[in-house]
Amino acid sequence: MVPLRFLDSGECLLVVEFGSSIDASLNDRVLALDAVLTEAAIPGVIETTPTFRSLAVRYEPLIVDRTRLVSRIVELERHAEVTSRASRSWTFPCCYDAPHGEDLAEVAARLGISPERLVELHTDRPLRVHMYGFSPGFAYLGGLPEALAASRRAHPRRPHPADAVMIAGGMSAIAPLPMPTGWWVIGRTPERVFASGRDPAFLVAVGDEIRFEAIDAATFAALAARAASGEAVARAEAAR
Amino acid sequence: MNAGLLVLAAGPGVTVQDAGRPGHGRWGVTGCGAMDLPALRLASRVLGNAGDTAAIEVSSGGIEVTAEVEAFDVALVGGDFDIRLDDRRLSAAVALRLEPGHRLSVRAGASGAWCYLAVPGGIDVPPVLGSRSTHTRSGLGGLDGRGLRAGDRLPVGAARGVIEAPSAIDTTGLDRGSGPFRVVLGPQADHFTDEGIADFLAAEWRLSPRSDRMAYALDGTPIVHARGHDIVSDAVAHGAIQVPGSGLPFVLMADRQPTGGYPKIATVIGADLGRLAQVAPGGAVRFRAVSLEEAVAARRRLVERSAGPIRSTPLVRRTLSTADLLGVNLVSGVVAAAEPGGSTE
Repeated sequence: MVPLRFLDSGECLLVVEFGSSIDASLNDRVLALDAVLTEAAIPGVIETTPTFRSLAVRYEPLIVDRTRLVSRIVELERHAEVTSRASRSWTFPCCYDAPHGEDLAEVAARLGISPERLVELHTDRPLRVHMYGFSPGFAYLGGLPEALAASRRAHPRRPHPADAVMIAGGMSAIAPLPMPTGWWVIGRTPERVFASGRDPAFLVAVGDEIRFEAIDAATFAALAARAASGEAVARAEAAR
Repeated sequence: MNAGLLVLAAGPGVTVQDAGRPGHGRWGVTGCGAMDLPALRLASRVLGNAGDTAAIEVSSGGIEVTAEVEAFDVALVGGDFDIRLDDRRLSAAVALRLEPGHRLSVRAGASGAWCYLAVPGGIDVPPVLGSRSTHTRSGLGGLDGRGLRAGDRLPVGAARGVIEAPSAIDTTGLDRGSGPFRVVLGPQADHFTDEGIADFLAAEWRLSPRSDRMAYALDGTPIVHARGHDIVSDAVAHGAIQVPGSGLPFVLMADRQPTGGYPKIATVIGADLGRLAQVAPGGAVRFRAVSLEEAVAARRRLVERSAGPIRSTPLVRRTLSTADLLGVNLVSGVVAAAEPGGSTE
């Protein structure tokens, strides 16, 4: 196993790097360390941010010394239980039909498959939340089949709708806040993955898995109305 | 109707900010908060507020405000801005009582990029994810997630008007100094050649007009990468200096995205972030590498100095009255102990 690298970004951010590539097994180690570090609640540690291959630890150096922090992390990592199992499995309704799957036909054509086949492949297995980034609630989902590995757009498209389901760069994403994007919008979920006034504000934890379930536009409208009234329309169960 | 601050005019980029929105980076939420946090904290402390209380961050676009319903005190700290109460020019760091019917104007002045306008009890907009800071790109926090404009009414936390005459606030506790901004090399310094790093540290950069709350863009001679300009996205710190393919660096500031995919040659130390934020477009920026230990020592010094008593000088001298004494006491006697988490990024 590759040893950990400790990189400093200034005196308040320690980046614990497990490797330099996007690799599910590296991400498993990141999430395992994240879990034990959160559990340990070390005074002076402000927050941890998991990414594909590293865990960023933001800390207050006037409370916890860097040398002590590193030795605690090394010790905790040794006992972290690395698992590829998700703690929760979600089923997310997703409408791939018009008007929601805005780029579905175009990206299916680029991939050389039919739109129907694209939807089949996107819904036939659980995808894992590897990290959040870019904007609030923007979840990067790994585990997509090779056949859906579309490269990003050469130029960003107009802002996607709220709660867009997208693919690009061998990954899928759910993006709650409309932003211009280089990704391909293949559908939309009626669930509000991020609602600032709700507790919890974010539904899905890093490490959870999501399976999409295709719904038609009428069902989308009905579920979106229920979601807007505060009801949860995605379903979660504890993973086996 | 409760006391409030009425915005009579506001340029672009004027927002409500506090000490930021930490703790949600794992959900893709930007840290946000004041660009010059020590300045916001000083303005807050002058009024007896906690250091992370929300204030108005005035950009070089400027603002004009008045008090509604009743008078309350305000404190202004930040760049060398042009501050006027009605037509009377005041010093750049000043505490005063704002009365209904009077107009306080805060405009860009000789230098600096941001000025903080604090009110007693803070700007009382509802907190979002634990912070009142505005992040305009995602529409979170502040007043409806957007910049302020004419006609906006902002609730004042605890309207209190006890300052008799405008007083200049002593800002030496900000410990601004001058000279190059101190950086700790890394976390991806190994993506650059030794020559590239030497050039980066030797150069005089110019702050680009493309700079904003998200990033300060630097113009100059491009830096050479050794190993390409893409990395797998990882978390970024306030002050991290990313170098994309163009070779021209960006210093990531308060509204940075929580993760980024360009190598970071160095990171500006926390103690120098406030001073860097005050560089206006066209201003010169140089860097000097320091050790992590020096960065921590500078941080400790800033926290200690900024926890000291705040001195103020009445702008109009008269025989001392009870109200004067009260005013002096207000600005010097409310000093809290050092805030443990109290520093930038």
